[in-house]
Amino acid sequence: MNRRSFLTTTATLALAATSLPALAEEQLKVGFIYVGPVGDMGWSYQHDQGRQAIEAEYGDKVATTFIESVPEGPDAERVLTQLALEGNKLIFATSFGYMDAVMNVAAKFPDVKFEHATGYKTADNVAVYDAKFFQGRAIQGTIAGRMTKSNKIGYIASFPIPEVIQGINSAYLHAKKVNPDAEMKVVWAYTWFDPAKEADAAAALIAEGVDVVMQHTDSTAPQAKAQEAGNVITFGQASDMSAFAPMPRVTSTIDNWAPYYVQRVGAMLDGTWASGATWGGIDTGMVEIGEISSAVPEEVKAEAMALKDAIAAGTYHPFTGPLNKQDGSAWLAEGETPDDGALAGMNFYVEGITAELPK
Amino acid sequence: MTLGGIDIIVLTATLMAASTPVLLAATGELIAEKAGVLNLGVEGMMIMGAMAGFAVAVTTGSPVAGFLAGAVAGALMALLFAILTQVLLSNQTATGLALTLFGLGLSALFGKGYEGVRPPSTGKVPFGPLAEIPVIGPVLFSHDWVVYASLILVAVTWAFLRFTRAGLILRAVGESHDAAHALGYRVIAVRVAALAFGGALAGLGGAYLSLVRVPQWTEGMTAGAGWIALAIVVFASWRAERVLIGAYLFGGITALQLQLQAAGYAIPVHLLSMAPYVITIVVLVILSAIHRRGAQAAPADLGRSFHASA
Repeated sequence: MNRRSFLTTTATLALAATSLPALAEEQLKVGFIYVGPVGDMGWSYQHDQGRQAIEAEYGDKVATTFIESVPEGPDAERVLTQLALEGNKLIFATSFGYMDAVMNVAAKFPDVKFEHATGYKTADNVAVYDAKFFQGRAIQGTIAGRMTKSNKIGYIASFPIPEVIQGINSAYLHAKKVNPDAEMKVVWAYTWFDPAKEADAAAALIAEGVDVVMQHTDSTAPQAKAQEAGNVITFGQASDMSAFAPMPRVTSTIDNWAPYYVQRVGAMLDGTWASGATWGGIDTGMVEIGEISSAVPEEVKAEAMALKDAIAAGTYHPFTGPLNKQDGSAWLAEGETPDDGALAGMNFYVEGITAELPK
Repeated sequence: MTLGGIDIIVLTATLMAASTPVLLAATGELIAEKAGVLNLGVEGMMIMGAMAGFAVAVTTGSPVAGFLAGAVAGALMALLFAILTQVLLSNQTATGLALTLFGLGLSALFGKGYEGVRPPSTGKVPFGPLAEIPVIGPVLFSHDWVVYASLILVAVTWAFLRFTRAGLILRAVGESHDAAHALGYRVIAVRVAALAFGGALAGLGGAYLSLVRVPQWTEGMTAGAGWIALAIVVFASWRAERVLIGAYLFGGITALQLQLQAAGYAIPVHLLSMAPYVITIVVLVILSAIHRRGAQAAPADLGRSFHASA
């Protein structure tokens, strides 16, 4: 056998070998990649709750696997390829930074479907989904504005991407609305998960006099740091983080991916899966607000709940004009609200935030 | 006391807390590498130390017991590495990487029950009136005992390598295990002891992370600190005093950039995050230019397996 025919034969055999098991059993294989460990008690933990919901719902009809702590970058592409080669027909890539890796791998495996969280690039076999975290930030901002004594609110941000910037803007606007003296201090950690660095960031903010720490990173380290400081309040991020209630964690924004995951896997099973963009909020239950703890005064709690109900009912949008951009140029006119497309590309601070947005 | 909007006292306190885990781990790795063993499992030993230290501190209520447990856990991991590489002569690079993966997984498994728990607080050393001295007091005399212990350990390591006969033997083993063997020194025994010491310090560093710096247990919480410790040993060109400089430089820049941001400075964050690594490369280039034999700063037999028959 010469080398060429050896190669083709092996390739054919390999193809047959990979396609055969799929024919032999009807089980749908679903793969997940997480940016942090499942035990981060935040972002990746919530995605894994969604994965477990799939197993609970469909039992033997599906087999799920996950790979945790996959860095954003070239490693993601390798891991995604590996999952596709292992016969996973639906793959959830659960972090923004996986975007280009997903697009590259999806082009190579046209019959594998991909679901990318918080991204904006789609293809025939790539759907995107995201949650309107900024709705939760509006409620947090309201509570922060009412409860801060130093009028300084700290925000531990991860990367300067739209998902994070929306949150900073929304929190700031709503804190400012109830407390005109409120100012926002933003620290960019440039990581999604690094407990030590997140703790240092929280410590730096607390040293600057903030008494509210918001985080858009995945671990509970800032909560622990705030608890140590004593008089600082925080909000659970991605997961309820109720271990830190009633102080410092006064409420939380919970990402509930389970219903979406169950629905998408169901669509795969009955063959109706189609690409698309889903952006769920409080109304669809993708964003949940954790219990508001006893550390929050009753009237503030009532105000926050009223805001939540208004957002859920669709009568109030967290970004309602008149609003200006940070440089003073007009963004939204009186009563105007942005469409989802404009929000998904948000790359500017609103007027009043003094920090500079890294480019 | 503030300078340009930065509170020097807070900065020093954060800097020392941020640097201590890496300083401890790097000092331990320095001893192991001086004995000629490259243990890439620092991250795995640190995370085991973080988990074991946290678990024991929470269970017993004593941070001291926690730190001891962290050191023991790190040393046990190192002994596992020692058995594989020194007795069974497995490849050091591959075994070190495996040790890291093993440690990350095992600690996640055992640490499950300790998530969201608050550890007992590690006390500051009571210096009495010394801590009241303006500026110097808060900067020098307001830390917990592990910070001082880590500084003493660096000094002891430096003196040990430089002035003691045992230090000389350790270096001989690292420079030429065959020569050391021919002189009648027990190469394997020296290396196992050096590894255990390195593991204990890595474990101690991990425990500092989970008990003081963060303070909580989360799986994967070392997030690469072990790799930075390895880089610092190279940065320090295998010298204890330079390990201290390297660790404080890394920790200092990290703490400083977060504080600058919190103080509202518009600084290019990526550049500052990159700075420690860039400085490492620059220092290495300068060192190799000065010495014209930069690579020889490393122990000559680093990473080579020893067998008496060879």
